Amino acid sequence: MVLLDPAVNPELPNALPPDWPGDMLGISGFWWHWLIFTLIIIIFVLTMVMAVIYIERRGMARMQSRLGPNRTGPFGIFQPVADAVKVLLKENIVPGTADKLVHWLAPVVAFAPALLIFAVIPFGNGALLADLNIGILYVVAVSSVSTVGVFMAGWGSSNKYSLLGAMRNVAAVVSYEIPLVLAVVGVILIAGSLSMNQIVLAQDIPFILLQPLGFFLFFTAGCAEINRSPFDLMEADSEIVAGFHTEYSGMKFAMFYLVEYAEAVAVAAIITTLFLGGWRGPLLPPWFWFVIKVVAVFFLMVWTRSTLPRVRIDQLMAFAWKFLLPVALINLFVTAVQVLAWPDTLPWVVVPINFAVMAVLILLWAKIFYKVGWGRLEV
Amino acid sequence: MALRTEPFVLNMGPVHPSTHGVFRMRATLDGEVVLDIEPVFGYLHRGVEKLAEQRTYTGFIPLTDRMDYLASMSNNLGYCLAVEKLAGVKIPERGEYLRVIMAELQRLASHLVAVGAFLNDCGAYFTPFLYMFREREKIVDLFEMVSGQRLTYNYMRIGGVSQDIPEEFLPAMDKFLATMPGFIDEIDRLLKENEILLARAKGVGVLSSENAIACGVSGPVLRSTGIKWDIRKADPYSIYDRFDFEIPTGEAGDCYDRYRVRVEEMRQSLHILNQARKDIPEGPVRADVSHLVRPPAGEVYGRIEAPKGELGFYLVSDNSIAPYRCHVRPPSLINLTPLREMVRGWKVQDLIIIFGSIDITMGEVDR
Repeated sequence: MVLLDPAVNPELPNALPPDWPGDMLGISGFWWHWLIFTLIIIIFVLTMVMAVIYIERRGMARMQSRLGPNRTGPFGIFQPVADAVKVLLKENIVPGTADKLVHWLAPVVAFAPALLIFAVIPFGNGALLADLNIGILYVVAVSSVSTVGVFMAGWGSSNKYSLLGAMRNVAAVVSYEIPLVLAVVGVILIAGSLSMNQIVLAQDIPFILLQPLGFFLFFTAGCAEINRSPFDLMEADSEIVAGFHTEYSGMKFAMFYLVEYAEAVAVAAIITTLFLGGWRGPLLPPWFWFVIKVVAVFFLMVWTRSTLPRVRIDQLMAFAWKFLLPVALINLFVTAVQVLAWPDTLPWVVVPINFAVMAVLILLWAKIFYKVGWGRLEV
Repeated sequence: MALRTEPFVLNMGPVHPSTHGVFRMRATLDGEVVLDIEPVFGYLHRGVEKLAEQRTYTGFIPLTDRMDYLASMSNNLGYCLAVEKLAGVKIPERGEYLRVIMAELQRLASHLVAVGAFLNDCGAYFTPFLYMFREREKIVDLFEMVSGQRLTYNYMRIGGVSQDIPEEFLPAMDKFLATMPGFIDEIDRLLKENEILLARAKGVGVLSSENAIACGVSGPVLRSTGIKWDIRKADPYSIYDRFDFEIPTGEAGDCYDRYRVRVEEMRQSLHILNQARKDIPEGPVRADVSHLVRPPAGEVYGRIEAPKGELGFYLVSDNSIAPYRCHVRPPSLINLTPLREMVRGWKVQDLIIIFGSIDITMGEVDR
């Protein structure tokens, strides 16, 4: 394995400390850093959400042999703005039997974690709000909180569709958190750090090559956690109308819409950081590389969404527990053996081995999965 | 502490994204499992059968368009056949061929919508649906050429069809017939072995052939259970006895078989269309029948194999210009009969796709 531990391999680029500006106007540099990066994160998330909504609508339209929004501005790029204005002007309707407080609080509880995740995502070397030494652990912890918001929405709406959607969401998140974390552990083993910035610095070659199976597992489990197709059972429009946000309108609906895409951007950003080398890349500025990679990962999600039908709830569970979990464990084991036993192996030896392991495992499990009845098992 | 659970009633519809119109199901659920459903319909009832009694025989044809609005040509054909049987009209050769061509094109269009909507119910976010509609559009263009309409064609008349086809129709149809097989192969490539579709649809919503017969089910839903019953073969009407085609059947009677049978039927329809295109003669398209046709007193049951199943018209004549009584046997409504048995014990998501795989049109269910 490549020597990725900076202590062992001093040639690795060193992590810059977060670039705190000096004291200004009698306020310490720490607080200036906090202010600037909070603003950057909020602006980044909101802009990216608009961008990815546009990309999704146009990209999917192209895949479905239609045009997509093309009336507002050149190529319809102002469509998300128009949508936002429309939704802001809409009446806010609260069902009579709803639990008012919970109903009101749910979008906020769901939205906050989506923003919080970006606190530890590096946009450049040291360019992040907080270089926590437990960065990825923080991400995993915070990202689960939005489930609470979703369940509050389902419960507070006093609507059966909402409750069904919320329950599906909780079930999915609880199950998929495990393969998700196990996929991350492989990366942590190679990088030797939990800090997101250190993980990026460790990627002289993107970890997608060293951890192809980890990437696959993380992408799949991540899609399931944020209700992206083919795991979008929680807001399955053809089944339970709109899932947990059936009873939301106006700004509160906009918040949920925002959460949905902010989470998609967050997962894309985490995948970028963990597997695609984060902000690293030749020629272009780091933040630009970061955005390109996030959009590329998001495009993969759009692609799956417009290609695949939806799985059923028991198949969703079976997929997590019978496919992703064992494969993730084996992947973790293989990675651990590689890191422990052959720490000096060159990457071009490890990369083919890992790809072969991935191919064999997926084929093997797909065959077993096939035999136990298309994953059609009662839960 | 043991949790106390109880089933709850979920009202689906009449306004719901995938009830194909204004169908309503009161579903009793135990968590995600469907214990029972109670179908409620009639939200689109327009009294078509009663309206028929106040119109002339010809004047009722536009109303048949509005029953199964996804297969208007077939409805026209079924009704006209019944009246012709009653009045003893002989239809000119070219008229018969045009009718068969239109009916088979309509079957293609209807099955495209059925398969697309089924995949949409499965949760494929509009992609298959729009692919199907892209192809359906070509058929609708052909219909627009002959009738000037894109949904309610009102093309057939008692004694033939309303007018001859324009000269650009046959070249356009040749073009369509040349591209369509490739498209059906594309559907197969994309969907036939799609793992998620197989997992979702195979073995789900099984309908036994005994139950299907007991419920009077017809069309692709019946054939998916393995019974070779197609009125075009069993009781040939029009000139269907001249054409060579197969009756595709399924084995298990599950959602997947219903989808497969429809795709295979599209291939057979293309086969019939190719033969009809080759043999179509010149000549008049309509027999000399008065618009105010007065069939002799009596009663008749005329039936055809509509895309969704056996579409029958039962007419009673008292030798006036309007039917004394008109009853429609709508395949959509009767195919819904076994729905309750099919969905029991499956999950909410299966309920949606089982319902979708039956392929109903609410305009026909409620009339």
